[in-house]
Amino acid sequence: MTTYRLQVNGKPHAVDTDPDTPLLYVLRNDLALNGAKFGCGLGQCGSCTVIMDGKPVMSCLVPVSAVGTRAVRTVEALGDARMPGVLQQAFIDEQAAQCGYCIAGMIMQASALLEKNTAPTDAQIRAHMSPNLCRCGTHMRILRAVRRAADRLAAGGKR
Amino acid sequence: MSVDPGRRRLLAAGGALTLSFAMPAWPAQGELPKSLDKTPWLDAWIRIDASETVTVFTGKVELGQGIKTALLQVVADELRIAPARLRLVTADTARTPDEGMTAGSNSMKDSGAALRHAAGQVRGRLQALAAARLQAPAAGLALKDGVFIAPGGGRASFGELVTGQELHVRATPAAAPPAPGPRTAIGRSLPRVDIPAKVTGGAAYVQDLRLPGMVHARVVRPPSRSAMLIEVDAAAVMRLPGVLQVVRDGRFLAVIAEGEYRAVKAAALLARGARWETPATLPVYPSVKALVMAQPAEPTTILERGARAGQGTQLTATFTRPFQLHASIGPSCAIAQLVDKRYTVWTHSQGVFPLRSALAELLAAEEDAIRCIHVEGAGCYGHNGADDVAADAALLARAFPGRPVRVQWMREDEHGWEPFGAAMVAQVAATLGADGRIADWQYDVFTPSHNTRPGKAGNLLPATHLARPFTPPKPAPSPQPEGSGDRNAIPYYRLPNARVTHHFQPTSVLRTSAMRGLGAYCNVFAIESFMDELARAAKVDPVAFRLRHLDDPRAVEVAKLAAAKFGWDAYRRTARRGRGFAFARYKNLASYCALAVEVEVARETGLVRVTRVSGAVDCGEIVNPDGVRNQIEGGIVQSASWTLLEQVRFDAARVLTVDWAAYPILRFGQVPDKIEVHLIDRPGQPFLGTGEAAQGPAAAAIANAVFDACGLRLRDLPLDRARMRKAS
Repeated sequence: MTTYRLQVNGKPHAVDTDPDTPLLYVLRNDLALNGAKFGCGLGQCGSCTVIMDGKPVMSCLVPVSAVGTRAVRTVEALGDARMPGVLQQAFIDEQAAQCGYCIAGMIMQASALLEKNTAPTDAQIRAHMSPNLCRCGTHMRILRAVRRAADRLAAGGKR
Repeated sequence: MSVDPGRRRLLAAGGALTLSFAMPAWPAQGELPKSLDKTPWLDAWIRIDASETVTVFTGKVELGQGIKTALLQVVADELRIAPARLRLVTADTARTPDEGMTAGSNSMKDSGAALRHAAGQVRGRLQALAAARLQAPAAGLALKDGVFIAPGGGRASFGELVTGQELHVRATPAAAPPAPGPRTAIGRSLPRVDIPAKVTGGAAYVQDLRLPGMVHARVVRPPSRSAMLIEVDAAAVMRLPGVLQVVRDGRFLAVIAEGEYRAVKAAALLARGARWETPATLPVYPSVKALVMAQPAEPTTILERGARAGQGTQLTATFTRPFQLHASIGPSCAIAQLVDKRYTVWTHSQGVFPLRSALAELLAAEEDAIRCIHVEGAGCYGHNGADDVAADAALLARAFPGRPVRVQWMREDEHGWEPFGAAMVAQVAATLGADGRIADWQYDVFTPSHNTRPGKAGNLLPATHLARPFTPPKPAPSPQPEGSGDRNAIPYYRLPNARVTHHFQPTSVLRTSAMRGLGAYCNVFAIESFMDELARAAKVDPVAFRLRHLDDPRAVEVAKLAAAKFGWDAYRRTARRGRGFAFARYKNLASYCALAVEVEVARETGLVRVTRVSGAVDCGEIVNPDGVRNQIEGGIVQSASWTLLEQVRFDAARVLTVDWAAYPILRFGQVPDKIEVHLIDRPGQPFLGTGEAAQGPAAAAIANAVFDACGLRLRDLPLDRARMRKAS
């Protein structure tokens, strides 16, 4: 066991764990954050997507010892059920979930795009979202939700 | 239909003044809805406490299909209160009615109808209680927000009226017509109650449960179906930090640890140190057709009408579907705990009561000593690993009593060991008469079981791996009209001479079970592809050819609507693109669904992409229009994925498609530009369910569009790039 000092959702955390533990397990089990999900453990599906230093990463592939001082953000950073963030609200408005297991990863993947590009084209959204899998076939709604959030942000909405 | 005077009075008394229901839509007079007949006590379904909390109980479960929201809408309208006033408890063997499986698109038909009926009776009962309390005629009472108000101003709330056993009465058939009352919540696209938690990281899934003292386990599956475990090095694993116990029973092998990733690492070491004998026992065939046709079958003729007509143009074709995966995005998970000889199991099973029966047999425990509580998992689309992982957890809880044991499968467990969607072969022969109509039709479908769900311990994967293994019970086909492998094998068209045979195969090369739509997916693919071939042979537009053979006006309306919204008649084909059409009524008794699809085909790469879809659906009375659209859109996209990409591959030793690279599914780059779903609402008609209606039509419409675009008729699923290039 080693103690790791992590910056997660704007707060410092100290975690005692094995160095090879993937960030995903630390977020879920040590920090009790539900958003990032175990989907494959292979970096193939995106259910575990979080943002690390502004970039979307699959947290199932990142050992906690490799995180260092980089700021980690999960879907919990964007808002909660009472005060959802713009992207979360857009997913609610479009009812862009069926089982919803992939959705927190989808939202973080989309968030990484909108933080860099406030006016993405539909083609850019599709290309950017490609690493993430959805099995329920909610793709059309997810694309609409990201579009809606982008438009809302472009109109001056707060992230 | 006639309305008897007593019934009319009751309707008026309940404030339902609309008597315009046109057709007998619900259980026959004198009968209760099926679920309510099984559990007839009103307070089994609806309870009210002194704090005015109204709690609704259902034996069905949320699978991401939106059932919780829709059921709340139904009850809210019957009780004349806002849906937000209601709490809902879903399947729990200790708390809710037993409604069997949440499957077959039956939840609105079963639980929706039962709750509508029960809630109507609860309202009637409360009204009588209010009348007595307020000393006013029942008919004169107004009901608003859970409060009865007498003309003189006296008030009695639900919570005041229910102080004891007032609702512990049996539902009665006669006094509760399913009258269309005021539609306040029903018919509205109420936002789903489960979505806010799902988009904000709330605790939404069984995977998110963290119970006090919980430990983590992983199961090491055999390297192949028939592998025998010779030796394990448990001592090495026990030396790892955090490891609490290695469990071995026959070839069921698992490790329990403090900390989830420590369990994962320990399982990896356990797997590396295990010695297996791995005989190559899987039969390998050159094609799906060869594989399926080599299995022994028990034929049943499910339709025999007229004779063979013989005169005209003969057409024949064979269609195949490979084994396919449910492929849940979240691997199956369960938590079990054994305390004082009583088991509690948190599970995303589709049927907590049948699971409990199977676990009781597996654990040699009384059913009363086992409580199965449903907690949502990732979408399952049928019988996936949910029940198996619950059995894993229960076996490990037995080996490690006291603390909750959480088991989540790894990706390769889910892809490799879930029960697959069954391989199928459909052979069809028809004669096209000189009048351009189908003169005779012969259809034979060959397939193993589409339902090996629990009920018995032998249906649970780990039970078959124990030192004293349970044997899977011999599967049996479900009878028509719903059918299983023969679901939708009988065309919904006017066919004066027809013979349809279901060649049920009691054994399967690989374990198979229910996957969204069961046989309907491939049967509709085959029938609707063949209808296209017949239409072309008859030189008739494919939509017109179908309409020529359809009698049911609701089917005709759905087909015409989908075609019109697509712009079928005005369609102009452009380079690489083509259009296809398909229709089915799911199970021939549930929802009507017609789809018109455009695809783009790149013959040089073999890539097929659906560009747009116009769909029309009639699912009876619509409770939540957006919920129906979401299900149909999802069904279309998922079916497109099955149809264009998906097949399980295996060699003589093992299943090879154990991750998303080997078993790709549709990604954002391949999804359509546009999907429109148009709904036909039928207030007063029974709920028909929607979850599985689009699977078959989507497959056939895509295949028909591929033919239209490039002249290739592909009859073997999937229509993937390799197959497209080979056919080119």
